[in-house]
Amino acid sequence: MDAALKDFKKFTPKSLPKVENLAQGHRACQGCGEVLALRMALKAIGKNMIVASATGCMEIITSAYPQTAWEVPWIHVAFENAAAVASGIEAGRKALMRKGRIPKQRTTIVAMAGDGGTADIGLQALSGALERQHDFVYICLDNEAYMNTGVQRSSSTPYGAMTTTSPPGKLSIGQYTWKKNVPAIAAAHAIPYVATASPAYYTDLMNKAKKAAMIKGPAYLHVYSPCPTGWRLAPELAVDISRLAVQTKVFPLYEVVDGRYIMSRKIKKPKPVEEYLKLQGRFRHLDKKTIQEIQDRVNREYEALVQKAALTASKEETAEEGKK
Amino acid sequence: MPKRVGIEVSLAASEAACAADTDVVAAYPITPQTHIVEHLSELVADGKLDAEFVPVESEHSAMSVCIGSSAAGARTFTATSSQGLALMHEILFIAPALRTPIVMVVANRALSGPISIWNDHSDIMAERDVGWIQTFAENGQEVFDLIIHAFRVAEDPEVLLPVMVNLDGFTLSHVIEPIEMLSASEVKRYLKPYKPQMVLDPKNPVTMGPVGMPEVYTEAKQQIESLLQGSKKVILKAWKEFAKHYGRTYKPVETYRTKGAEVVLMTMGSVSETAMTAVDRMWDKGIRVGLMRFRLWRPFPLQEFRRAMRGVKVLAVLDRAISYGGLGGPVFTEVRSALYGTFEQPQVFGFVAGLGGRDITVDMFEEMVKKAIRYAKRGKGPTYELIGVRER
Repeated sequence: MDAALKDFKKFTPKSLPKVENLAQGHRACQGCGEVLALRMALKAIGKNMIVASATGCMEIITSAYPQTAWEVPWIHVAFENAAAVASGIEAGRKALMRKGRIPKQRTTIVAMAGDGGTADIGLQALSGALERQHDFVYICLDNEAYMNTGVQRSSSTPYGAMTTTSPPGKLSIGQYTWKKNVPAIAAAHAIPYVATASPAYYTDLMNKAKKAAMIKGPAYLHVYSPCPTGWRLAPELAVDISRLAVQTKVFPLYEVVDGRYIMSRKIKKPKPVEEYLKLQGRFRHLDKKTIQEIQDRVNREYEALVQKAALTASKEETAEEGKK
Repeated sequence: MPKRVGIEVSLAASEAACAADTDVVAAYPITPQTHIVEHLSELVADGKLDAEFVPVESEHSAMSVCIGSSAAGARTFTATSSQGLALMHEILFIAPALRTPIVMVVANRALSGPISIWNDHSDIMAERDVGWIQTFAENGQEVFDLIIHAFRVAEDPEVLLPVMVNLDGFTLSHVIEPIEMLSASEVKRYLKPYKPQMVLDPKNPVTMGPVGMPEVYTEAKQQIESLLQGSKKVILKAWKEFAKHYGRTYKPVETYRTKGAEVVLMTMGSVSETAMTAVDRMWDKGIRVGLMRFRLWRPFPLQEFRRAMRGVKVLAVLDRAISYGGLGGPVFTEVRSALYGTFEQPQVFGFVAGLGGRDITVDMFEEMVKKAIRYAKRGKGPTYELIGVRER
């Protein structure tokens, strides 16, 4: 892996690429944090890519025939099979390159889907593609519910959240299950690269997208994608909420590189989870007890992550940590 | 001249995909298709076929991988059966819409429930409307030839549609037959390398599979329909060329001893060989019966069928699938509809038999024919009936 990243150069605010793969004028909602995250990930990877998209918000807002927002080759087949379609593109190109039918050039194959297309209906295809070690980047744009169909709950919807199929009521607190940990599922496939990213930390997101593309073999990127429409959030707050999600430890930023967990941002002085929840109408109904329950769970999960990072750290990292 | 060898038909199907120099095979094992993909993976493992073998985790992904690889410009092959075909159902519709010329062999098998691994046509008859070209093989030689033909038709710039080649599970897929196996170099004369018209390439970006708003959806559907109807011309030409190259002639509708027949049996697939034996036996007994079978099923060969039907007074149609709550088996309803309004509208009777691996015997064909004759004389009969149902 280190060899693949030999030429890796970090993006800085001054060295952002000018390339745009997603043209303006698409049909995303005002303040959409998902399309923002997608645009930055695509900028980081560059022109030499082919995208396989699942059905979902990003597909619907960019491709209404006869218009397209895509300036790179893009294919949409169905909801649950982005990873399988990407597998096919990769396999097809591999065979054609070997047989001398197309020029030998490594192209980044990107599969992209929302949380429903990843954590629920597309999980099998994703697992298959990761297990088969295809050389591709899977980007999950996680807006924590089925937004395209009108805000229904997915297995990635956080505990307590109100959606149209997890409504709070006399007998319900809203979503009654805890968010499925898909990055951990991806990491369990022992693939070379897994990372979480957030549009609020855009250079971090872009660096991770670039690394994911450079690394040979499957890479999984889980991107926090705020949805003002579905979260009952003010449209101008998409980036703020993304930052708060990280600062409250709700959405930790980390990488799993060849099985080693690396915290991208250590949250020494976390903000209370309540600050994050209270900005969003989907959590408005939660009482103090439930908020405390969420706070405890967030603390526990973050601690588990930090411990994993300590356990899997390389010698150099441990030494560096000791100096601090 | 190519050598005639004794080979299991499944292996011959794999050898055909190999001789066609397939680039990608994506497949998931399901009985009775397994020998086809097993042998393909062996051919790849031994370096005899230079292809990527993608061992997918489901048939849904098999078809999805096929679309991806075909959209990337690779010649793509897969095979499935029954539940696997049903799992692909959603994606089957999308392959023609994206103009991906995938070739798939379907080893026909019954659908659950109850679960049955044995042969009938309920899997394929549920996929009539997916927009694929569909052919049915009678014997091993046909399987081999139809696969080569399928690639040629699918990849024709005027077609660019996927093709399914159907063969009966077990009763054809698992038997050993003498087959003339064409070598890769012999196939190359007939089947040129695939030149995709539109391909996913960063040098020339295209958007494939966009949203079809109500203003364009109908037109998109109409386009596939006219392509599929138009493909018949290419299918016929490709068979003509095939005959020129290899000496074997294929037609969309085959007939056997229909001249002077008072009743004609209609079949599809490998059971037609049993039907031929039944026809011979009946002629010996003085029953004037002919046989007709569809080799081409989609697009429906209306002209050829009507031409073959000229002068036929009674038609007994065999269905290997049941259409619950419908007006008869799928083949029967389509055939009857195809004859509606023709000048000499014959009497048509439907028979459903051979479900889930139940053998169709020579005697059963005789029973169907005799019943059809009786009903015709009476001027009425049941629209369709099940043959060979055990009473206890």
